[in-house]
Amino acid sequence: MTSPVTSASTNSHVGREDRMLLKIEEFRKRRPRLIDELITLAHGAGGKSSAALTDNVFVEAFRNPELEQLGDGAVLALPSGERLAFSTDSFVVQPIEFPGGTIGHLAVHGTVNDLAVSGAVPQWLSAAFVIEEGFAISRLRSIVADMRQAADAAGVQIVTGDTKVVAKGAADGLYISTAGVGVVPAGRQLGADLVEAGDRLVLSGALGDHGMAVMLARGDLAIDADEIVSDTAPVHEMVAALLTAAPGTRWMRDATRGGLGTVCNELAQTAGIGVILDEAALPVHPQVLGACDMLGIDPIYVANEGKFVAVVPEEQAEAAVAALRAHPLGVEAVVVGQVVPEPPGMVALRTPFGGSRIVDMLVGDPLPRIC
Amino acid sequence: MKFVDEFRDPAAARALVKSITQLAGEDEFKFMEVCGGHTHTIYRHGLEHILPPGIELVHGPGCPVCVIPMGRVDDAMWLAEQPDVIFTTFGDMMRVPGSRGSLLDAKARGADVRFVYSPLDALKIAGDNPGKHVVFFAVGFETTAPSTAVTLVRAKQLGVQNFSVFCNHVTIVPPIRAILESPDLRLHGFLGPGHVSTVVGTRPYRFVPETYGKPLVVAGFEPLDILATVHMLLQQIRDGRCEVENQYGRVVREEGNVQALKLLGETMELRPHFEWRGLGFISQSALKINGAYADFDAEERFSMPGVRVADPKACQCGEVLKGVIKPWECKVFGTACTPETPIGTCMVSPEGACAAYYNFGRMHREAADMIGQTAGV
Repeated sequence: MTSPVTSASTNSHVGREDRMLLKIEEFRKRRPRLIDELITLAHGAGGKSSAALTDNVFVEAFRNPELEQLGDGAVLALPSGERLAFSTDSFVVQPIEFPGGTIGHLAVHGTVNDLAVSGAVPQWLSAAFVIEEGFAISRLRSIVADMRQAADAAGVQIVTGDTKVVAKGAADGLYISTAGVGVVPAGRQLGADLVEAGDRLVLSGALGDHGMAVMLARGDLAIDADEIVSDTAPVHEMVAALLTAAPGTRWMRDATRGGLGTVCNELAQTAGIGVILDEAALPVHPQVLGACDMLGIDPIYVANEGKFVAVVPEEQAEAAVAALRAHPLGVEAVVVGQVVPEPPGMVALRTPFGGSRIVDMLVGDPLPRIC
Repeated sequence: MKFVDEFRDPAAARALVKSITQLAGEDEFKFMEVCGGHTHTIYRHGLEHILPPGIELVHGPGCPVCVIPMGRVDDAMWLAEQPDVIFTTFGDMMRVPGSRGSLLDAKARGADVRFVYSPLDALKIAGDNPGKHVVFFAVGFETTAPSTAVTLVRAKQLGVQNFSVFCNHVTIVPPIRAILESPDLRLHGFLGPGHVSTVVGTRPYRFVPETYGKPLVVAGFEPLDILATVHMLLQQIRDGRCEVENQYGRVVREEGNVQALKLLGETMELRPHFEWRGLGFISQSALKINGAYADFDAEERFSMPGVRVADPKACQCGEVLKGVIKPWECKVFGTACTPETPIGTCMVSPEGACAAYYNFGRMHREAADMIGQTAGV
């Protein structure tokens, strides 16, 4: 296959457009520059601004090989040879309670899922609470009960923690930060560098439920959609089933902030491959699609809290999907795309009409504070 | 995504494309879609690449965010930074660059800038914050102007004291006329605006075929609407007809929305002239709040700087808006001007021609064909 971006053309007009496109692709591959003076909400959106901030501020200061992987969790080798996965996440969702869950569920699921898609069996969590003065203790108790229930369901224990209270107005109710440790079974190898052309992308279920559920729960849109419920859930059991059925699995990522579109872009850029998604195959519940259409939001960028993407060899894709569908949370699992050698770093989508478009990283923040 | 919707049916799309290809034959056609919503649909569904190569869609000036000049954005930021002001606007306007950054930057510097989905939400914020003055930054064509009009009427009925509108509503007919007067124009017809026409109806476009001899078909926003409209334009040309037709009949009536037009007449009046980004001053092309509602006119209540700011030299938004150049032909496209750091407004709104091309269409035909043909994965 020739490079679609660079292949020559006899038409000089098209040739000029090609050269321009090539220049743009070169430009896009540069390290993101941080030109802003102040933090804006875009820096927290998980898109290009977030990447620029992470790269220019955090990675620059903390630089080390584990961090530079920029995975959902760091995989660390112990002197004994055993490997641990270590991950952290913070939660500022507003509203704190929403259809399908609360900030408590998210705080556990978020970290458990980051560990699971790193290839680890999640085991221990820490939890830190920043609480605004005036917050009802009964409400805190209820959220902590949600955390306990979520931890039990995920087979993890919350073994250490911290509490801070700030003056009224200095925080918005309650923020939670969790960190987690899991053990990576011997012999398990996952990494973007293992991804090959021809591999298939398997998605564990429908897109956009969490982001839209939280957005609508804020009530400022006056859209009634009772059926839209957050998908917050632990994915560790689905991951285990998938890895058994498709032992050749190359790479996994949970499709949280920035959605499937952002995850695929991260894969394409890290692995230096192209990704083609099939729009007709993307599972989106009709109510979510309707709400997204109304708001002008593409469900491909909307956050999920119980869905992950796995890259599996073509010949194991069918088994992978079957294994996921056998799990109650994975009944809508499906192959959504494939890995292609060209164009590297780019994600394209094939529309149901046989048209095509680029799926770029998300710019700006359509839905702030959803996790 | 399963678009079971009758307006997104792939089989119907293929049949239409086949028929369009037959009608077009070996000839070349340039049609302008006036509306930014159409531009977005065309790129989002990859329609450019499934139409025959002889049919070129030129992206017109109908993205309301894209036509707001920098001086007006500077005025908006000045308003947002006044003490005790809560400044409200549609989300798309937050990232539009003025000469000192965008409203998003003003917000990060401490201004109380909030995005709303309706001006009525802004009025509600005024009710909830009696100690503050709430300004709504009103932008848009006749599509959004009636919702501003309703809000003005409601504010007056309720006797709200702490609410005003910074009105930047524009009208659709003058820029279409300006484009038709442009000497470097080579268009064969127009995909007429859909949402605007729900308000103004189809009559105001009669001058397009009658004076300028170009067919115009009012189009809906689903992918099949766009294809059907292209088909109708070609059919007119092949039949030797030249008229205004309505493809979006399920929503648009010939007379428009009489009640909405009446409300507009009650609350707003035409400005003698208004500056459009890239197009310059166009007479009688924008709306101002009229004397009866002057208490709610931010331009009356505040002495805004009102400084006219020239567009950045490198920016070619004007030529893009007129369809003279394609987005990628602009000198700064994709390098200095990207959706993260837009120089021109066409790169800001998802309906802007440059942003749509950058986000969805940055791929040439061979690549697109290859992807389109990738057998079901």
